Amino acid sequence: MSQENMNNNAQHYLAEFDQFQETVERDWFSEQRQSALKLFIETGFPSSRLENWKYTDVRPIAKQSFSNVSTTTSITTEEIDAIRFQDIDCYELVFINGVYSKEHSRLDGLTENIVIENMADALAKDKDLLEKHLSQYADNNVSPFTALNTAFIQHGTYINVPKNTVVDKPINILYLSKDNAQPLATHPRNLVIMGEHAEATLIENYIGLDDANYFTNVVTEVSLSTASILKHYKIQQESVNAYHIGNLNVTQGKDSLFKSHSISLGGSLVRNDIYGQLAAEGASIVLNGLYMTDGKQHVDNHTRVDHLKPNTHSTENYRGVLNGKSRGVFNGKVVVHPQAQKIEAHQNNANLLLSDDAEIDTKPELEIYADDVKCSHGATVGQLDKNMLFYLRSRAIDEDTARSLLTYAFVNEIISDISLVPIKNRLEHLIIGQLPDAELIREFTNE
Amino acid sequence: MSTNSENMEDLVNKDYEHGFVTDIESDTVAPGLNEDTIAFISKKKDEPEWLLEWRLKAYRQWLKMEDPTWAHLDIEHIDYQAISYYSAPKSKDDGPKSLDEVDPKLLETYEKLGIPLQEQKFLAGVAVDAVFDSVSVATTFKGKLADAGVIFCSFSEAVKEYPELVKKYLGSVVPAADNFFSALNSAVFTDGSFVYIPKGVRCPMELSTYFRINASNTGQFERTLIIADEDSHVSYLEGCTAPMRDENQLHAAVVELIVLKDAEIKYSTVQNWYPGDENGVGGIYNFVTKRADCRGDNSKVSWTQVETGSAITWKYPSCILKGDNSVGEFYSVAVTNNYQQADTGTKMIHIGKNTRSTIISKGISARHAQQTYRGLVKISKSADNARNYTQCDSLLMGDQCGAHTFPYIEAKNSTATVEHEATTSKIGEDQLFYCKQRGIKEEDAVNMIVNGFCKEVFKELPMEFAVEAQKLLGITLEGAVG
Repeated sequence: MSQENMNNNAQHYLAEFDQFQETVERDWFSEQRQSALKLFIETGFPSSRLENWKYTDVRPIAKQSFSNVSTTTSITTEEIDAIRFQDIDCYELVFINGVYSKEHSRLDGLTENIVIENMADALAKDKDLLEKHLSQYADNNVSPFTALNTAFIQHGTYINVPKNTVVDKPINILYLSKDNAQPLATHPRNLVIMGEHAEATLIENYIGLDDANYFTNVVTEVSLSTASILKHYKIQQESVNAYHIGNLNVTQGKDSLFKSHSISLGGSLVRNDIYGQLAAEGASIVLNGLYMTDGKQHVDNHTRVDHLKPNTHSTENYRGVLNGKSRGVFNGKVVVHPQAQKIEAHQNNANLLLSDDAEIDTKPELEIYADDVKCSHGATVGQLDKNMLFYLRSRAIDEDTARSLLTYAFVNEIISDISLVPIKNRLEHLIIGQLPDAELIREFTNE
Repeated sequence: MSTNSENMEDLVNKDYEHGFVTDIESDTVAPGLNEDTIAFISKKKDEPEWLLEWRLKAYRQWLKMEDPTWAHLDIEHIDYQAISYYSAPKSKDDGPKSLDEVDPKLLETYEKLGIPLQEQKFLAGVAVDAVFDSVSVATTFKGKLADAGVIFCSFSEAVKEYPELVKKYLGSVVPAADNFFSALNSAVFTDGSFVYIPKGVRCPMELSTYFRINASNTGQFERTLIIADEDSHVSYLEGCTAPMRDENQLHAAVVELIVLKDAEIKYSTVQNWYPGDENGVGGIYNFVTKRADCRGDNSKVSWTQVETGSAITWKYPSCILKGDNSVGEFYSVAVTNNYQQADTGTKMIHIGKNTRSTIISKGISARHAQQTYRGLVKISKSADNARNYTQCDSLLMGDQCGAHTFPYIEAKNSTATVEHEATTSKIGEDQLFYCKQRGIKEEDAVNMIVNGFCKEVFKELPMEFAVEAQKLLGITLEGAVG
């Protein structure tokens, strides 16, 4: 399909939008939807001739005519229980095919002053607050997918933690996708507002069932006030036939901390974008990520951190394991703006190619306009250390097991940094499951 | 009616104004670029038909191309029709009559570099008598090279004397339509250097453009072609540390290196064109395409560059590692001061098995300068056991300058190992303090630290070059700190 055709198909969303508008009430946000859609139609799907999309071709998404109008899909409690975190006491919001399910969500015991609710409800009743924040941190101009999401905002999660408040339990958002007669595009929109000195842990979990074919286009906006802390986990386990585009936009106040773990395991074509704006002194951002791919998967991780003010810090560590005919892309950019002195920024990306048909394209970037900085980045592509392999072999461990063990050790550097133990355990379990000789590794790791 | 027909005739004859039939005796062609200009250049140089065709083909492709805008550079629009594409070597009478007429600033720099008076005259373009030392030196060199069978001559001479070699290799590494500037160069190049090292020959001396007497007049579109036949070895030096007087603002050179089985080429550059004044006015635009093709097994190419001049530098010396076990190296020191801009780096394309590449890039940015390292390491599916190590460090001096690193890594082979490391920081205050505390002046201390920072690259330069390069660095950065 030529680029032109691809953008003709953007027109499909125009018709979809008309249908969508019939399902939502005209309100204060309607105008913004309209202009976002207009922007999307104008720019169309990004072409791989754009530097930002050089290694990722979104034509598979563009050429499908997804339905964007969500219908309620039923699911049994047993089905959900099989997926959800059983061992973790958390507030949980469940979305099925993009639609909020009150029935399956668990929000009891929430302190009164904390707001955790469906975006659709918030849109209807919290106009004053939302007007100030919604679509203020994610720029529709940066990604056409963000513009598309903004046009279709309906379901999603709205979280508001007032100042000096610590949310007592992690907040887990479960986005479940099932097969639908016509493949669905969902546009979840999350907004997290953290007051001064507030603290919370947020998990975004994307799970696809029955190898369903669908497109998740999520945008998450986070605003961190002075000295607030948000620990963010994104666990992406979309189905093997699913497309996932995620934009995470964070704007940080003074002395705030944003710590992110982005784990990508599923999906056929996946793109994760993280934008961190360190907009006040003392702000820090930590970005950890892991991508494990096999088959014909394509996973692209883009991050950009803007050091806008002095004394801000960023650390980034992404690791990838690529097998089969899969392709991984990493692009991490750190921009130190003029006059932003006393900056520390470190970035690292390591990749393991397990198959001759796998490919990795990595580009760590530094763009620095101030002089009093300590910045570094590193990127590696390689295989398992021969000496380590030899050591294990000399201990009578067969080669396959030794390889699996070392691969696990490579990945574990990202996992071991996770402070929420149930998540860590679950990820360990999931990841080992993806490796050859899972049983043997479990034996070694005493899982 | 009659006036009308006269007008018609005027129109029909109009082409004549521009040049094809321009008097062949004239030395300069009017500004502007069209097929006539190219035909004129070709005719003026008495070139064979195939070369003219080659130039015209390049020109036609160039017409379809656009100025590249992807580099991290702020380039004022260049009017390619306002440039004169041919001017015969200036006669000696045009130059200054004596050193008294030369810009004192230039002389000051020569003084600091410790260049002998006679050489100063040569560099500044002062008319010197034929007894000038270099000429005799060059003649001696020529004899020695001829004994070894090495061909080292100007490009135009090679076209006449060795057409089969030129025809075989020209454009085989950098195709005419490779990029905007290489296409432009292919269409209008005027001269350059040609080197051929025969099988099994180790070139008895380092070849330097400095000793090829007419090198300083090769003009703004230089073309270099070096062929190292099987099992041969050559070390080639381009440019010199002394600033060169030059009237042309746009430089778009193309350098092609061909390395056959077991051969090795070492290519060292010191680039010190006029960088413009402290306010960023004037200065040379240096848009260069340099590429080496390691065609044979066990071949090796090493690029070493010291870039201190030019207002804008756009340059990516690259290696195509086709032969098994071939090796590519890139060592670079780039210094930008005042309002200079540089977007430079390398490409290592691994195709053969067991190919290895090393990239060491040191960037120093001072005052308002902007500098970018841009590199590509590509491991093809066929490149089993390929190995790359990259290190790029940037040093910042002053809170207005910028240093950027954009490394691209594309790996398609699971046995490959690629490592990239980069750091950016300013001169360590504790290092400075330590030096000053031992009674070393701040300026000397900075010099010392900067030289230490660049040591890994300087050690790759031929000895005299290295010594000069160190001095040059000091001069370029004078007053950047404190």
